Amino acid sequence: MIRSHVLICGGTGCTSSGSQKIREHLENELAAKGLSDEIKVVQTGCFGLCALGPIMIVYPEGTFYSRVTNEDVSEIVEEHLLKGRPVERLIYNDGAEDKANEHGVSSLSDTNFYKAQKRVALRNCGVINPEVIDEYIARDGYMALAKVLTEMTPDDVINTLLASGLRGRGGAGFPTGMKWKFARAYENDQKYVCCNADEGDPGAFMDRSVLEGDPHSVLEAMAIAGYTIGANQGYIYVRAEYPIAVQRLSIAIAQAREYGLLGKNILDTGFDFDIDLRLGAGAFVCGEETALMTSIEGNRGEPRPRPPFPAEKGLFQKPSILNNVETYANIPQIILKGADWFASMGTEKSKGTKVFALGGKIHNTGLVEVPMGTTLRQVVEDIGGGIPNGKKFKAAQTGGPSGGCIPASLIDTPLDYESMAAIGSIVGSGGLIVMDETDCMVDIAKFFLEFTVEESCGKCAPCRIGTKRLLEILDKITRGNGTLEDLDKLEELCYHIKANSLCGLGQTAPNPVLSTLRYFRDEYVAHVVEKRCPAGVCKHLLRYTIDPDKCRGCTACARVCPAEAITGKVKEAHVIDPEKCLKCGACMEKCRFGAISRK
Amino acid sequence: MKTLAELQAIRDSMKDKVSLRNGTAGMRVVVGMATCGIAAGARPVLNAFVEEVNKQGLTEKATVTQTGCIGICQYEPVVEIFEAGKDKVTYVKMTAEKARRVVEEHIKGGKIVHEYTIGAAQN
Repeated sequence: MIRSHVLICGGTGCTSSGSQKIREHLENELAAKGLSDEIKVVQTGCFGLCALGPIMIVYPEGTFYSRVTNEDVSEIVEEHLLKGRPVERLIYNDGAEDKANEHGVSSLSDTNFYKAQKRVALRNCGVINPEVIDEYIARDGYMALAKVLTEMTPDDVINTLLASGLRGRGGAGFPTGMKWKFARAYENDQKYVCCNADEGDPGAFMDRSVLEGDPHSVLEAMAIAGYTIGANQGYIYVRAEYPIAVQRLSIAIAQAREYGLLGKNILDTGFDFDIDLRLGAGAFVCGEETALMTSIEGNRGEPRPRPPFPAEKGLFQKPSILNNVETYANIPQIILKGADWFASMGTEKSKGTKVFALGGKIHNTGLVEVPMGTTLRQVVEDIGGGIPNGKKFKAAQTGGPSGGCIPASLIDTPLDYESMAAIGSIVGSGGLIVMDETDCMVDIAKFFLEFTVEESCGKCAPCRIGTKRLLEILDKITRGNGTLEDLDKLEELCYHIKANSLCGLGQTAPNPVLSTLRYFRDEYVAHVVEKRCPAGVCKHLLRYTIDPDKCRGCTACARVCPAEAITGKVKEAHVIDPEKCLKCGACMEKCRFGAISRK
Repeated sequence: MKTLAELQAIRDSMKDKVSLRNGTAGMRVVVGMATCGIAAGARPVLNAFVEEVNKQGLTEKATVTQTGCIGICQYEPVVEIFEAGKDKVTYVKMTAEKARRVVEEHIKGGKIVHEYTIGAAQN
């Protein structure tokens, strides 16, 4: 009889920090202690606190162990699982009030990181074993599909989604019910349901986590979509760079077919629906809906003009819908708990919850799911645990290369579609990169432009040529060769690219430039006029100098300089030749007297 | 192929197995599992509680868990039952047999088995 479950994260983050080895070791230790029949080891999807991996949770206590090593495993087995004494030193402590239980053991749900979260799309991630369909069923899995097939008409489903206020979680925020309604309205003998799992924004990984931690929720929602719009075939377009997600999806599809939850005559209702995987090769543009469908068809992934919209002519020229992974993951819950329940969360126009991938200069790197309208401050300070190393919050970049930045002065902005658009950013896919005072905003804009230039498919000129020119101007500025006219030129070019590009990639590519120009124009001006990078990032604008009063003439710097830019006699002050200096900073690291400074 | 009824059957049978992960239910049955407890036979007691709670379908109502040394080693195996708003009940010198009776009468029936409690043992 099982008395305790030990959950180990098998998401990509924890896998790369060694959770597989930890699991094997744990199983061996349990066997050696004769506990295999009492304690069950469960591999789950992502818990969200990726920075603290490998993560292990012991139920029923809910004891949360972080950064577990092989040696720790032996101790946990011996102390906690055998003798019932949780290993205090390994328990994650984020300073949350330790109200936990009588033993003073901090339980997962009591941590600051989880307390403020509301998990809907991630409800099963870190709770079930994603490779066991029965565990999904135990948590009411496939009950929404059963309800739809036996009790609801397609129009009921559409009305429920419309009433719930669910909007696309991939970035654009289009009402999901409307999308389904359009696709349902077009008569055709063949329609398709597609899932966009081509998560490409740097810094966003919520779709991966859902696929790894709860793949069946996506399959179930796609079958519901098939019933609603009148399709019997679905495709999940997932990037090949997500090997664990691909593997778990394959397992999930095979299990669902075995149970007859995919295939012919599902639940004996006469409804047929099946799903196949299509692996993307990693082109960012393939996350755009028309390019994604073109790629599924076996062609080079390039967008095409809309209209016709996919609801009319999509995949293989047939009426199709495409929804994002996170959008799908919400749907079974909406069907089961009702539109009112979903609409009770969030703001007036942005309903439900949103998953954000916290990254950058933040304590708790990971995934958080909060009601729409939660402020950036709550996410960064309360849940994210603030900025490490005592640095100050400078800005957050949301929505990756399609989004913009939110400066510190607007940290109380609610994270919802409308409020974000009003300040020139977007919710986007939910990537949230936190920056501190050591990040240069011009450099950030340049980073995202490098990405879009690389990823532009080249089909339309505004995007192909325009983003390249943007990047060149930004590069010129970071080298100290920019002029004030360049700033105006940047802005003008941004608007041209936005207005004239064929697809979302080009239309949103200038956003990082526009929003940094809007909120950090003084930083651009410092680069252009003073030839100075205030954050000390842009290499070409840095000046390394030696303070002759502090220099002892030990020659350490001169010996380490790869460019032989430092000269001076032994026991006399040295000098750096700015012409020769590569700004590598090696001398500064080497100097034991703090004589070298960077400005 | 599964029918809806079969799907529901899978759900119902699996629900108890994953309910352990919902955290602690209303009643907490804590078995002392330190060296003293284990030496006195706490392991079969713990297993009996887990088995019986599952068998009787009480997993929604009670969670069986373990703890370290409670400090009254001469009375081991010790089992404590916590319930919100009620006084803690401490059972001492437990056996698997006694455990099954506690599940039946206390957890299911709500009646404390006084003869097994520490109060009875001290008198």
